[in-house]
Amino acid sequence: MSIIIFSILFCVGFYFFSKNILQVRTNILLGKDIDRIDNASERWKTMALVALGQKKMFTRPIPALLHLCLYAAFVITQIELIEIFTDGFTNSHRFFHSFLGGFYTFMISFIEILSVLALVGTVAFLSRRNLLKLPRLNMKELSGWPKKDANLILIMEIVLVTFIFTMNGADEAILKDQGGSYRFVLSSFISPLIFEGMNLHTLHIFEQIGWWGHLVMVFTFLNYLPYSKHLHILLAFPNTYYSNLDKKGKFTNLSSVTEEVKKMMDPTIDPFAATENEGEIPPRFGAKDVTDLTWKNLLDAYTCTECGRCTSSCPANQTGKLLSPRKIIMDTRDRLVELGEGIRKNGKEYTDGKSLLGDYITEEEIWACTSCNACVQECPVNIDPLSIIVDLRRYLVMEESKMPTELTGMLTNIENNGAPWQFSPADRGNWINE
Amino acid sequence: MSTAFKVSTIAEMMANGESPDILFWVGCSGSFDDRAKKITKAVAKILHHCNVKFAVLGAEESCTGDPAKRAGNEFTFQMQAMMNIQVLDAYAVKKIVTACPHCFNTLKNEYPELGGNYEVIHHTQLIQDLINQGKLGLEGSQTYKGKKITFHDPCYLGRANDVYEAPRVLIEKLDAELIEMKRCKTTGLCCGAGGAQMFKEAEKGNKEINVERTEDALETNASIIATGCPFCNTMMTDGVKNFNKEQDIQVLDIAELIANAADL
Ligand code: HEM
Ligand code: SF4
Ligand code: SF4
Repeated sequence: MSIIIFSILFCVGFYFFSKNILQVRTNILLGKDIDRIDNASERWKTMALVALGQKKMFTRPIPALLHLCLYAAFVITQIELIEIFTDGFTNSHRFFHSFLGGFYTFMISFIEILSVLALVGTVAFLSRRNLLKLPRLNMKELSGWPKKDANLILIMEIVLVTFIFTMNGADEAILKDQGGSYRFVLSSFISPLIFEGMNLHTLHIFEQIGWWGHLVMVFTFLNYLPYSKHLHILLAFPNTYYSNLDKKGKFTNLSSVTEEVKKMMDPTIDPFAATENEGEIPPRFGAKDVTDLTWKNLLDAYTCTECGRCTSSCPANQTGKLLSPRKIIMDTRDRLVELGEGIRKNGKEYTDGKSLLGDYITEEEIWACTSCNACVQECPVNIDPLSIIVDLRRYLVMEESKMPTELTGMLTNIENNGAPWQFSPADRGNWINE
Repeated sequence: MSTAFKVSTIAEMMANGESPDILFWVGCSGSFDDRAKKITKAVAKILHHCNVKFAVLGAEESCTGDPAKRAGNEFTFQMQAMMNIQVLDAYAVKKIVTACPHCFNTLKNEYPELGGNYEVIHHTQLIQDLINQGKLGLEGSQTYKGKKITFHDPCYLGRANDVYEAPRVLIEKLDAELIEMKRCKTTGLCCGAGGAQMFKEAEKGNKEINVERTEDALETNASIIATGCPFCNTMMTDGVKNFNKEQDIQVLDIAELIANAADL
């Protein structure tokens, strides 16, 4: 009987999880192509250091350490989860115990210690958010769902750890009843405090609550991920793999523009001659909506942990401007989810008359950016808010000719006299003789 | 005060059947801004003193297109880039030094894809090389001995191109005391000029970025704020004025520090 319930839960859980993940993938692939598959060895290295090794987290040691506790516990607890799955399918009890012996005790004890550390980390994270009210975790772009989401994850984590200890503790008590002990480092100690004096039947119920509870939480988690910033636990890995490996100062050169400029500069080409692409709609310059961004920008959006390290290092944000690079990324995700949903229901040609620029991100925000790369540098999962900002500017300037008036003047000067100010090129050498 | 030696344009040099070892890309700020021209002269003096065979483009130089690109006008940028590449290639330029991190970044990173392939270095890197090669000696110079100097990392030199050491090594060569700001190197705060902000009013906020950054510099109690970018120089100079500290604190480019110390 329990095998059947388990199998149904397992299949349903994974079915919906795969469905959700495929939906995320489909949305990400709405973005334009960009080449990020060169130099595989450098990419693996980046992923190993930044995601696996949490390298960039450690510029802020306190949250880095707290996070490390959760991270390590999560990774190691997967061993226990594998056992739970095995037990579920084979209707056995602590499948690995019989043939791992002493090592099993060590392993579960290790998981228990990490779980307690994770609990400490979780409580600390909760208090940073809700009691200490850390500025970067309480900015206005987090109002509503993002804050609830963050707290919900942390509470789920506490519930999960509680289930683990319920299961191990009850198991210890059951074995003790038979005169034995698993000798798990923490639960053998906690067990008597809680389960002392309970009859075997009750203990078995507790053990089952722990076991099924853990399982249900895992599937809840898994299916919650696609709606949450917690998706980073999976996407941090591909996102760092596909990092930009060039120098941060290098902005992309729009190839569509290169073609046009070459035509203008080459006297042998007749500018009015028909081109091969006649009739095709030329690509939009820059980005107005999420579909004008690259798939990497969109992967970035789904990967964001909403930690706000980018925003707290942003010179514009620190001086009271409207710009927040975290908001740029969160807006991109929200818009992508909205548009993706519409496209899923109504087909590829779907439009809703809305766009990322305008309905989510305002012009004032993007004109406040100094392109200083502080946000890119800070992001622990190698997200690049700046490239989105630049693409939005490109759309505004090249498609709509909308920009602050002083910039119009600056651009005219460059075009007319080769400098951003009104000086004659003939005077360039004046410094030599002044 | 004109330079006491002749600075040739590359056209003049070629007319004499010679070609330069390195092209000094002066940049718009370095050509037209009165304060930045002093930095340009300091670089020229150092190059001359070290017998580096260099030339400038003079009237044939044009904006690299950096501010246009950061403002989002890829057309203007690529037009500028292609024209500059034509000029540079016509003179068969191989190596370029620039005193502006924005020109440096654009020439070095963004021109190659458009067909412009040159070895591009920032002036702090070149000066470091010259000292290492023994062409420029600062031993025994008293000018800045023991002075407290802080270095403001230009974003387009530091984070954008990972050049953090060259300017710091040079400050140490001055026998000065380098005091880092609380935000420096990878965490250095922008001066507020980048991304075409130099050419527009700041968006609505509660503070100017250069004032925020100048506070970092003031906290170090340094008497000199050194930098390596003409735009940072302007922003920090304005910041210092904002606190009425221009009597106590100088804002100088690394090239100026070196030229002064070497008594050029
Ligand atoms: C695979 C297991 C992982 C788990 C269980 C996990 C768990 C968590 C949790 C619960 C939070 C929320 C903290 C809060 O809301 O205050 C969080 C935040 C975060 N995680 Fe993870 N994470 C994992 C992997 C990663 C990886 C691989 C990275 C990549 C470096 C990463 C980067 C972050 C960052 C940057 C934050 C924001 C922390 C801050 O406020 O500074 N996580 N993570
Ligand atoms: S690049 Fe722009 S958004 Fe990012 S930190 Fe600098 S000013 Fe802020
Ligand atoms: S973009 Fe990066 S630094 Fe900014 S909130 Fe998201 S994860 Fe944090």
